[in-house]
Amino acid sequence: MNIAPTETLRSDFRFDDARIGQFIIAAAAAVALLRFQLPESLVRPPDWLVLPFADWINAAFGFIKDDLGFIYATRAFASIVEWFLDVTGNLLYGRNRWPRIGPLPWTTIAVTAAVIGYALNGWRLALLCGGTFVWIALMGQWKWAMETLSVIVVAAPVSALLGIALGIAAWRRQYVERIINPFLNIAQSLPHFAYMIPVVVFIGVGPKAGAIVTMIFAAPPMIRMTLLGMKKVAPEIVESGKMCGSSGWQLLRHVRIPSARTEILLGVNQVIMQCLAMVVLASFIGMPGLGQKLLQLLQGLKIGRSLEIGITIVLIAVMLDRCSKAWVVKQPKHFERGTPWYARHWILVAWAALAAGTVALSLAWPLADQIPRKHALTVSREADFLVDWFVRLVDPVTQWLRGFLIRFVFIPMRDAYLWLPFVSVLAFWFGLGWIVGRWRSALVCLGFFGMIAMSGWWDRAMITAYMITFSVLIAVAIGLSLGIWASRRESRAKFALLVCDTAQTFPSFIYLIPVVMLFGVNDVAAIGAVITFALVPFTRYTIEGLKGTPSELVESSAMCGASYWQQLWKVRFPMALPTIAVGLNQTIMFSLFMVIIAAFIGTQDLGQEMQRALSSTDVGKGLVLGFCVAFMGLMADHLIMKWSDSRKKALGLN
Amino acid sequence: MESAESAISCRQVWKLFGPEPRKYLEAIPAGHTYADISGDGYIAAVRDVSLEINRGEMLVIMGLSGSGKSTLVRCLCRLIDVTGGSVRVEGQELADLSERQLIELRRSKMGMVFQSFGLLPYRTVLENVAFPLEMRGQDHHARRERAMEVIKLVGLDGREDYFPRELSGGQQQRVGIARSLAIEPDIWFLDEPFSALDPLIRREMQDEFLRLQEMLAKSIVFITHDFDEALRLADRIAIMKDGAVEQCDTPDKIVLSPATEYVARFTEDVEKSRVVHAKVLARPIGEGAATGEPIDGEKTVRQLARQLLEETRSSIPVTDGRGELIGVLRKSDALEVLFGG
Repeated sequence: MNIAPTETLRSDFRFDDARIGQFIIAAAAAVALLRFQLPESLVRPPDWLVLPFADWINAAFGFIKDDLGFIYATRAFASIVEWFLDVTGNLLYGRNRWPRIGPLPWTTIAVTAAVIGYALNGWRLALLCGGTFVWIALMGQWKWAMETLSVIVVAAPVSALLGIALGIAAWRRQYVERIINPFLNIAQSLPHFAYMIPVVVFIGVGPKAGAIVTMIFAAPPMIRMTLLGMKKVAPEIVESGKMCGSSGWQLLRHVRIPSARTEILLGVNQVIMQCLAMVVLASFIGMPGLGQKLLQLLQGLKIGRSLEIGITIVLIAVMLDRCSKAWVVKQPKHFERGTPWYARHWILVAWAALAAGTVALSLAWPLADQIPRKHALTVSREADFLVDWFVRLVDPVTQWLRGFLIRFVFIPMRDAYLWLPFVSVLAFWFGLGWIVGRWRSALVCLGFFGMIAMSGWWDRAMITAYMITFSVLIAVAIGLSLGIWASRRESRAKFALLVCDTAQTFPSFIYLIPVVMLFGVNDVAAIGAVITFALVPFTRYTIEGLKGTPSELVESSAMCGASYWQQLWKVRFPMALPTIAVGLNQTIMFSLFMVIIAAFIGTQDLGQEMQRALSSTDVGKGLVLGFCVAFMGLMADHLIMKWSDSRKKALGLN
Repeated sequence: MESAESAISCRQVWKLFGPEPRKYLEAIPAGHTYADISGDGYIAAVRDVSLEINRGEMLVIMGLSGSGKSTLVRCLCRLIDVTGGSVRVEGQELADLSERQLIELRRSKMGMVFQSFGLLPYRTVLENVAFPLEMRGQDHHARRERAMEVIKLVGLDGREDYFPRELSGGQQQRVGIARSLAIEPDIWFLDEPFSALDPLIRREMQDEFLRLQEMLAKSIVFITHDFDEALRLADRIAIMKDGAVEQCDTPDKIVLSPATEYVARFTEDVEKSRVVHAKVLARPIGEGAATGEPIDGEKTVRQLARQLLEETRSSIPVTDGRGELIGVLRKSDALEVLFGG
């Protein structure tokens, strides 16, 4: 038995797909090392490669807007939206428009919210809903909060109905789905600001523009969920509906849509949360309300006040999320025969009584109607004091960290990214694509990144890329440790998942408050916000992946004598990897969104240019920048999901 | 051969799944087996099936999973369109009906029960049962009344305001049965109605079902994968394999003389004496003289076992249900059934 080991090795070496990919990546690295020998046209995208996409988009928009007269259609639509906004505005904060009965007393609104909370999920939710409005009123934020809510109340239903209609259309006609799908993919990875610019062009600025951009932004998840729900209806339910003699319309109305209830309502939940996130951000296009206030306060570094507003936004987010989720799982209740109507609808009766009571109370006692600013409470001074004290306490650490990161990490990393010749970057993605999914993936990656090279924003894109890389690496490191820590015990895991779930409902804007508090307005704060925001999904998926290992595998490995850590690394971690990969995917998406938002506290990447495009309402530029961001996200999404799917198949997970 | 008696008659029904099933069916060579068709990239879910379901008769279609029985029953009620052949329901060609007419037919003549119940989870028992009546536009009051009637019939009165999730599996299937009966259908399709239930509940539901059938006398197509269930319930059984009917006959005949080896594999373990009725074993009166007290031909050999063992005659006269003489039973034949198999 004398087999030379080298012989075995050589016969093992096969020139398979992975090798080809590795070879391409090695070549990319080699090209990068030869940078100084390369002609300039291989280092930076040469002029002939950069196409004037922005001009084309501007020309197309101009054509649609003016030559086709589309602007009249959008104006007409905007005036309908405005009418609804006037109604909710009048009711909620007393805008001087029809029906001129508002503003409703804050106590009435708080009581209504509490009753809705009770009807959906009992006392605790009632307390949360009522408490939120009491807090808002007492802190003197009523008008701003109502400005924000009045838009959500209009935008969310419109967006949901639009999404349901499009979702059903896509389900009925395959070609509609095929047309809609790529749009949805891009729409869901386009940063928030990219939506705003076209809306500003067509509608202008202000509340109605804010409402319309919110509607558009929130519709894609609803379309997705409706389509999913309609596809998931059990065939037997449909067959039983048919055999009961339903016509096509009856089948849709009485069988299919009610059967897809769960998915549709989950879509509604997503719509509401997206609406809130967007409405807060729409302050950038002149939407008044909590977002605008927060933006002003943050820019003025008024930490205490912005904390107060932050708490309000978080409370509203949690309230809306809990209510809409409770609606998803809410089941109809049966009453015994002969129950009178007021017993069947006692909640409605109770609400009417409470509402009438509060209205009467507000007539007698003005403070139950409106709380003027001079009567409002504030904890901003105390908060400022505490924050000041804390910031001063940790200042040596944050100072050092800031200096260290900027000097030894950010600047070198940024320079390195900018130094890379663009051909080797493209070759790297091509090679990675090849390893994951051969020709198709390689070309997809090359296509997406190639478009970025052709957009003319290469340097900005590379700055964004370095910030994403750094943030994602840190978020993964922290998220992985947190996930491993939390998944060890059931109670910890439950707690951590609850925290993640709650944190995920916060509008992205909120994450800026603590980092601005700690680091001020600069790169470090921006990246800090990105890391915190992106950390959440990764932790969540890590926990879910580690906990989701089939129990027979855990038991069998325990019976093989594996210790906890052996089990973790050899069994649970490999099994969880596909799930964790999905988390990574979301982490990258979240970072991309946040990097762009964080631009207004000082970065020099695509986001900064996007802000400029927004303020000069340059649609072409804005959309090109938006697509650059979207393409980065879509490429990462393609690579990760492809890898995750093939891994899942290999592990026999469905 | 088409008789006025048949509720459903299907002739040479084919259902192929694949890229161009109709074109393929025209070109298909005679004697092509299931495997040959699969080799061509098509799945022959139903293969050249001809069956008659007589008025008031219960035909049980028995087959293992993937044998095409569920597809066949969906062809019979046109939940799916056939690729070739003809299905006639009470003399009407099903394929010729417009969408409107088909819905009308379902609203007036057909009822169907599903394996996993197919109940609408957001409607109460009452609303589920009234659903077909609602679909055909009956007013609120009339449909409530009729729904309560059928709910009583299946023994669920008192539960009419419950939601399906609040009921056990057996109760849910009672709702399914009540719903399918609400419009007083002439033809009743049951697609493995009891397969999702526990064995004990299943037994109870079968008894309940026989009671209903005795009362209602519908034309029934009953699908099952359980051979014992088929033997218990059926007037006739059609055994399917690979989309084709292997044998279609009464339970007695199937047990006594299985047509193919495949059918024989099912009958092997069956206690034949519990299935075979004395009347089936009876020979014409001419063959051997028989005198004395006759036996009831409607009883199974098993039920007559004690009497047969004590019997001294070698041939015994057999009467039908009405007491008329129909033939002679040889004791040796009966003992062969009792002990031989």
